[in-house]
Amino acid sequence: MDYAPNTTAQLQEMLQAIGAGSFDELLQQVPRELQRRDLDVPDGLAEAQVISLCEALAGRNRPLTEVVSFLGAGAYAHLIPTVVDAVAARGEWLTPYTPYQAEASQGTLQAIYEFQTMVCELLQMDVANASLYDGASGVGEAAVLSLRATERGRILVSEAVHPHARQTLATYLRGSQATVQEIPAVNGVTDLDALGKALGDDVACLILQQPNVFGCLEPMAQAGQLVHRTGGLFIASVYPVSLGVLTPPGAYGADIAVAEGRCLGSPPAYGGPGLGLFTTTTALLRRIPGRLAGCTVDQAGRRGFTLTLQTREQHIRRERATSNICTNEGWLALRATIFLTLLGPQGLRELAALNLDKARYAKARLCEVPWIQPLFDQPCFNEFTLRYDPAVKVEAVNRKLAAAGIAGGLALGDWYPTLPQGSLWCTTERLSREAIDRTVETLRRIA
Amino acid sequence: MADPLIFERSVPGRRGYLLPPSDVPASNPSEVLPAEAVRPSAPPLPEVAEFDVVRHYTRLSQLNFSVDTHFYPLGSCTMKYNPKLNERIAALPGFAWLHPFQPESQVQGVLELLYELEQLLCAITGMAAFTLQPAAGAQGELTGLKIIAAYQRKKRRTRSTILIPDSAHGTNPASAALSGFTVVQLKSGPDGLIDLAELKAKLTKDVAALMLTNPNTLGLFERDIKTIAALLHERDALVYMDGANMNALLGIAQPGQMGVDLLQLNLHKTFSTPHGGGGPGAGPVGVTKALEEFLPVPRVRKAGKRFTWDERGRSSVGRVHGFYGNVGVLVRAYTYIRTLGRDGLRRASEVAIINANYLKAKVQETFPVPFDHRCMHEFVASLKSLKASGVTAMDVAKRLLDYGFYAPTVYFPLIVDEALMIEPTETESKETLDRFAQALASIAQEAKTTPEVVRRAPQRMVVDRLDEVKAAREPNLRWVPAREAVHA
Repeated sequence: MDYAPNTTAQLQEMLQAIGAGSFDELLQQVPRELQRRDLDVPDGLAEAQVISLCEALAGRNRPLTEVVSFLGAGAYAHLIPTVVDAVAARGEWLTPYTPYQAEASQGTLQAIYEFQTMVCELLQMDVANASLYDGASGVGEAAVLSLRATERGRILVSEAVHPHARQTLATYLRGSQATVQEIPAVNGVTDLDALGKALGDDVACLILQQPNVFGCLEPMAQAGQLVHRTGGLFIASVYPVSLGVLTPPGAYGADIAVAEGRCLGSPPAYGGPGLGLFTTTTALLRRIPGRLAGCTVDQAGRRGFTLTLQTREQHIRRERATSNICTNEGWLALRATIFLTLLGPQGLRELAALNLDKARYAKARLCEVPWIQPLFDQPCFNEFTLRYDPAVKVEAVNRKLAAAGIAGGLALGDWYPTLPQGSLWCTTERLSREAIDRTVETLRRIA
Repeated sequence: MADPLIFERSVPGRRGYLLPPSDVPASNPSEVLPAEAVRPSAPPLPEVAEFDVVRHYTRLSQLNFSVDTHFYPLGSCTMKYNPKLNERIAALPGFAWLHPFQPESQVQGVLELLYELEQLLCAITGMAAFTLQPAAGAQGELTGLKIIAAYQRKKRRTRSTILIPDSAHGTNPASAALSGFTVVQLKSGPDGLIDLAELKAKLTKDVAALMLTNPNTLGLFERDIKTIAALLHERDALVYMDGANMNALLGIAQPGQMGVDLLQLNLHKTFSTPHGGGGPGAGPVGVTKALEEFLPVPRVRKAGKRFTWDERGRSSVGRVHGFYGNVGVLVRAYTYIRTLGRDGLRRASEVAIINANYLKAKVQETFPVPFDHRCMHEFVASLKSLKASGVTAMDVAKRLLDYGFYAPTVYFPLIVDEALMIEPTETESKETLDRFAQALASIAQEAKTTPEVVRRAPQRMVVDRLDEVKAAREPNLRWVPAREAVHA
């Protein structure tokens, strides 16, 4: 099956109109030696065959709809209201390009403007862009911005920031003059004493995550004050759903706040596409990466929306652009907009409270198992770390849980070799009390 | 005028979604969390009913032109039909509802799909290995440039120059700069192609790589590509190909045989995944065997019948994205490739090339095409003849909206005066191309007889031309309630 409607007869007619005897004549610019006919690709298939093939592949996976999952660690599975899928699936949302022709793209542009507004409200920041790729690359872009804005060369990042974000940051900065220094965590939170010692007037920014990778709450306000004292920027990476109950980054003085926004109305999809939320202050507006939709008027004075401040961007500024980003995650931004609209202030608060309560319940129940204890003595949102007795191996436990249809907490040993007995557990509103109880019973039988 | 904002529809107390009741003990956040961590009041999101949401966002959608509703001849963006089947497959719970940290035993199907997609992209391009991790074309470029830097580092030398033709996409120089390179621009030759003399003159010892687009943004195949590659390779510099225009080459020619060392593909262009009003995309990067060791980690591997993630890679440039990239987009592209298969892919490019040459011949009856060779999948017309009537390419673009066509790319590439860059793709019919050419001819006529009609276009959209100067000078990037605005 292909999707090219012109018939053989039409193509012949078109070749005649072009003045070409055959298709090959159109390839006169392509050297003969480079022309190749047969790709080592299987034959095409009819729709029904493709469905069988892909359903078979999908059937070799065990989706979260079938397993009880305690996995989080940067990818959080939340309920998705039916309306998000139904409305976002419309071709008018799914199949336009970036809204460069504003008059024929008012729907997308107004939706981006509404998205920017909601993200600003949620994070309590001045400005939000139209999205970046994901949370991890958002951290990289934020660091690049801080280097340029401060003209300094050292970046401090807590070791309690998600390893994928730290690895992406390292990739983004390799080859530049900047250095990255990790600040250790003590008892699950960034060590402010170590931070104080590391700070200096060459520090461009401090990057913290809230809640951090262990699920613990960081002393954001104190850390922000410390880095501001030496003139560096404070960058917060946050979890949007948590902001229904947790203090937003704007309230603790973040200069840049980024987030992985996929949890707002999009499925985990094995980790991608993500939705990079990027926000900053008015002072840094003109350094922001990516697209911005703005409100203006048309010639008749009517309200309308357009992409704006484009002189920051690659298609105008080329090598002097604030970032190289072009394609972003617009469709996921739309989904997040619809999601936040459906939930509203009350719904978001209830959603966050549900997550908080499920985690409190799960943590207490799991710690009833004799060989399980909390790893850190810290408050948390919907994710927490547990420590197993030395005789019990995290991977072995997870294998046994998997056999019972349960995806247990993520083993932390790969990321943090000093925590071989640590595991990271997450509970969202999708998890029932019954599932938590059943997991506890299963664990009791394991060791 | 567009519709009210969703915030202006808000009525305190309305709800749009009901969460399930809690089945665990409820806590008071202020009692169980440190005081400084608790948000005092909920963010002021809109308060609307479910049906308000459906009507609002359905109505907004209808203010858009899209591929599903309009011909979208946007040059260099390959706005082809996005098959509905792709969406169905990507939405299967077995793909959409996978957690990236599920044990490998629970995700063998998606790992197999990713592995197979890498193999298929190798077969299509002639490259030796692929990473699927980059989220878009520009991130693919960034990854490629990191690989170029890693290669030069491994050779224990510093090279800081990237050569880029003046017809390149803006992302090329931006990606090079973000990677710490200095950009040296190559002036295109009189035929619109890379000028070998210019290349030789600028090919210093400091050149790490050439970034070129093939076919280039004029829609022309770089005829001398093998010679160009040989010149770079003589100096142990690399050839990076921006694969944004790969829709011209499926089954026609392989970058791997042209001497290209690495390239990115834009799956949201060539491989039919929807643009979504700006994204998501996917920008896999393919490399030669010699560069495979530098690819980002983790890599998907096949060991016997099992598929697994391999985090190792001492020479790897590292990670550019969380988890494994835009898997949802990769599933769509895989579906597309398996649907079209060997012959369908070849036919897609053939018809894309015929459609472009046919439309070029039709458009040339109205406007000249400055670099007039047989084109590949797109071509660039110049509208400078309208300057006498005071009509610009942008005016014509806006007038096309009134005729029911999305506008082609305008003022790009920069080397064509009053450029109109047109890419019809293979999924448009001859009838549509004829109507589009006719519309351009009518507008050219209007430019002579009633130029103000064209200059004032569009007139049939929901808004007239917008005040972009005001938008940039007085940035209004978020809604503020009128009450607060007074206090501010």
